[in-house]
Amino acid sequence: MNSDTPLLISAASRFGRRWIARDRATMVAAVLLLAIAIPCILAPIVAPHDPVVMPDPVGLKSKPPSDMYVLGTDKYSRDVLSRLLYGGRLSLSVAVLATLVSITLGTAYGAAAGYSRGLLRAALDRMLDALLSIPRLLLLIAIFAAWEDIPIGGFIVILGVTGWYGVARLVRGQVLALKAQDFVAAARALGSTQSRIFFRHVLPNVVTPVVVAATLGIGHVIVLEAGLSYLGIGVHLPTPSWGNMIHDGSDGIWGDWWMALFPGLAIVLTVMAFNVLGDALLRALQPRQQATG
Amino acid sequence: MAVFLARRISQGLIVVVLVATIVFFLIHAAPGDPFSAQMDNPAISESVREAWRKSFGLDRPLAEQYLRYVANVFRGDLGFSLSKHRPVIHVLGDAMPNTLLLMFTGLAGGFGIGIAAALAQVRNRGRAVDKILGGLSLAFLSVPDFWLALLILVAFSSWLAGFPIGGAVDPLNYESLGAGGKLLDRLEHLALPAVTLTLLYFPIIARHQKAALLDVIPSEYVTTARAKGVSERAVINRHALRNALLPIITLLGVAFPALLTGTVFVEKVFGWPGMGTVIVDSIGSRDYPLLTACVIFGSALVVTGSIIADILYRRFDPRLRDEL
Amino acid sequence: MTPPLLSVENLRTWFHTASGVARSVDGVSFVVNSGETLGIVGESGCGKSVTALSILRLIQAPGRIEDGSHIMFEGKDLVTLDDGAMREVRGNRISMIFQEPMSALNPVFTVGDQVAEVARVHGAGSRRDAWKRAVEMLTLTGIPSPEERAKQYPHQLSGGMRQRVLIAMALIMNPALVIADEPTTALDVTIQAQILELLSGLQQRLGTSILMITHDLGVIAETATRVLVMYGGEIVEEASVETLFGAAHHPYTEGLMQAMPQISESRERLNVIPGTVPPPTAWPSGCRFRDRCPYAWERCEQEHPPLYEISAGHTSRCHLAVEPERRAHPHLPLVEQTGAAV
Repeated sequence: MNSDTPLLISAASRFGRRWIARDRATMVAAVLLLAIAIPCILAPIVAPHDPVVMPDPVGLKSKPPSDMYVLGTDKYSRDVLSRLLYGGRLSLSVAVLATLVSITLGTAYGAAAGYSRGLLRAALDRMLDALLSIPRLLLLIAIFAAWEDIPIGGFIVILGVTGWYGVARLVRGQVLALKAQDFVAAARALGSTQSRIFFRHVLPNVVTPVVVAATLGIGHVIVLEAGLSYLGIGVHLPTPSWGNMIHDGSDGIWGDWWMALFPGLAIVLTVMAFNVLGDALLRALQPRQQATG
Repeated sequence: MAVFLARRISQGLIVVVLVATIVFFLIHAAPGDPFSAQMDNPAISESVREAWRKSFGLDRPLAEQYLRYVANVFRGDLGFSLSKHRPVIHVLGDAMPNTLLLMFTGLAGGFGIGIAAALAQVRNRGRAVDKILGGLSLAFLSVPDFWLALLILVAFSSWLAGFPIGGAVDPLNYESLGAGGKLLDRLEHLALPAVTLTLLYFPIIARHQKAALLDVIPSEYVTTARAKGVSERAVINRHALRNALLPIITLLGVAFPALLTGTVFVEKVFGWPGMGTVIVDSIGSRDYPLLTACVIFGSALVVTGSIIADILYRRFDPRLRDEL
Repeated sequence: MTPPLLSVENLRTWFHTASGVARSVDGVSFVVNSGETLGIVGESGCGKSVTALSILRLIQAPGRIEDGSHIMFEGKDLVTLDDGAMREVRGNRISMIFQEPMSALNPVFTVGDQVAEVARVHGAGSRRDAWKRAVEMLTLTGIPSPEERAKQYPHQLSGGMRQRVLIAMALIMNPALVIADEPTTALDVTIQAQILELLSGLQQRLGTSILMITHDLGVIAETATRVLVMYGGEIVEEASVETLFGAAHHPYTEGLMQAMPQISESRERLNVIPGTVPPPTAWPSGCRFRDRCPYAWERCEQEHPPLYEISAGHTSRCHLAVEPERRAHPHLPLVEQTGAAV
């Protein structure tokens, strides 16, 4: 498998050059994403104020955007911009990590389901269909309402564990389709073992739709986490996340619009960027898929 | 058809039972009592708590509690809501029709606008209309449900028009209105939440429908239709769409979970007295029996939706009709 | 001499793709006379189907009928006709029969509906009238129990029956010209014969002209009165069917004839024309067949041959027309010599 790593890297860089540079909308999306993600990741360095400390709960409460507080202050006199940056850091990391958990679990399950036969296959398939019917938000609400103080690690894992079914179905479909392809039979005829076939031939082909699903999935998780935080069962205050900032700002939305507007805008722009990139990825990789089909 | 239905319904039941099991064990495995909100009230004496525990069967082993619960569910007894002081089934009975009304309107709107948008995009491929609709689609797809609801609420109830700020009916005047007035009042209150749901869901439909249409248009039978002298408009609206609708019907089944999610948030923001509001309230009041029942009901709704989608699909595709 | 029904003049249909311009039809001219069956024969990739689609203006982007092409029909140039008028022509004055009956029929509409649609679109009365007419056509094309069959869906019919439906669709408005694009290729041999018989019977009855496009010389022999041989986006030979089979001139036609297995012969290896059709994005200079031709010489590389007249009604795009002595010295085609096009 070590000899395949440079292969995958060169393939990845080829795709990167091809799909990012080609379409203007995609480039804008990529730039936008970096413009959002980098300041957020560097929040501890870049943020003008502390996100949690309340400097002046009376005097600076709910101030509209000004020179010192570029996006205004919230009802606890905290700087909205700083909270936005820290919140982005949190929301983005949660989304990325949770998606990683999801695609790992999903790929494993999907591969197992695709390779198994008979009763085991039937059982795995049924299980997957059942899991796909469970409304994710409701399940998460049930979990987080019951367990109130989950550390952030657990939060991420639970998000990941409730989101792998789509990936699993995708991977299962791919594995089944690929197994039937001639090049797999040819490899087997030439004496390759099952695991070698899997890692060398099947997995690289499975990677592509999974990466697309992951890109779109990150967007979903951002929105999901925001929703949970908005309902009060996601990230708990005073730690900022884009979702709970909207929750905070929703009471005053008729007058103090900036508290809820900016985090929402941040979410919209970020998710839009992820969606555009995911689409571009899909378009770039599809012709290849047709070539193998 | 009967065999197919029986199979799907039994599959659906298994899913619902599975969900009920998961939720039950989750809630009971969590730290504290299921009734800790009420239980931890120091004003309530220990003896009262004991009595409560006994009456709710909390002193029995977990497995037994589970079986009793499942049996109760099948009998129609979903427990007692401690926050609303009524049997859960009554709470749901009041809330469900409102949610169904809203979901149905959102679904109709989402599909209607979504299909229309996709047709417009395909007929005007590459032109401004296509790009604008595509951009709008993308924007609404990326928007958090609750945020859009908030924006629409603020925009249309205070800045722009004078829509009501929440609820399903006017709390003060409804009873005194005539029949026409009542209808109008209800519509006024339904408008904003329904529009929000439509805006949230049309992009998914539009994207899939557009992809399906583009898939179908290069088909030979489309060329045949053109060769017969059929106008381009009719080629797309009749020949292509009819075939491209088939994958959309499947989408109906898949769209239900997403629709449910959106409905939860939209109901909360607009104060719509449906299941969504009930769920959110029950989070705050830690009313677990209510919450559990809502989650189970949600699953049942999703399963029903996908069964309906399956049935519709089979009716619409003549190739499958005979196989039933 | 009555004027021809259809006159194609210098038709060029090019596809402007990202990887170059594919000149699929590159200067094709021919006529179709009333009541005759003109055959167009050639391998896949020679441009015959694109020619057919061009006549009905069914070419979609990135393909385009280039300027300078004219298709004269009933006093109008189809190339410059406006969309509305073109739609009047399609299915009504000129109609087309496609190759794959299963994919050419819309799977979600009944067969009767699809046939009747042609009549409805061209204003032939109410829905009921159109339906009746459709059933009549289905009867005419030899479909048993047409009333019931009309209410069925394409997947419920056999391949031969579906092809009959396509024929009914093409003839319902009694067009002057029917373009048949490989109408029998997707069918079993026995059904093929039935379909061809049906077509010629209907032609006699209704007086329709047929443009028969095929790669199968057997079909040509059975149905055509005149034949065009296409190669490399051009016509390389035009002759009556007797002349073609008796005294073909162009080396490509010769090759096609020899490639047909004869049941009377017993041979161990089939005759094939060596090499493959070059891609339409890069036609070779001079004669496009020269790499595969057993007679080619220097002139063939330098000079693109025009259509020489061999005799009345017989033309051939080959320099052998002016240097016939070269035919006595066949050699190994270039493509066999080096293993690749030079």
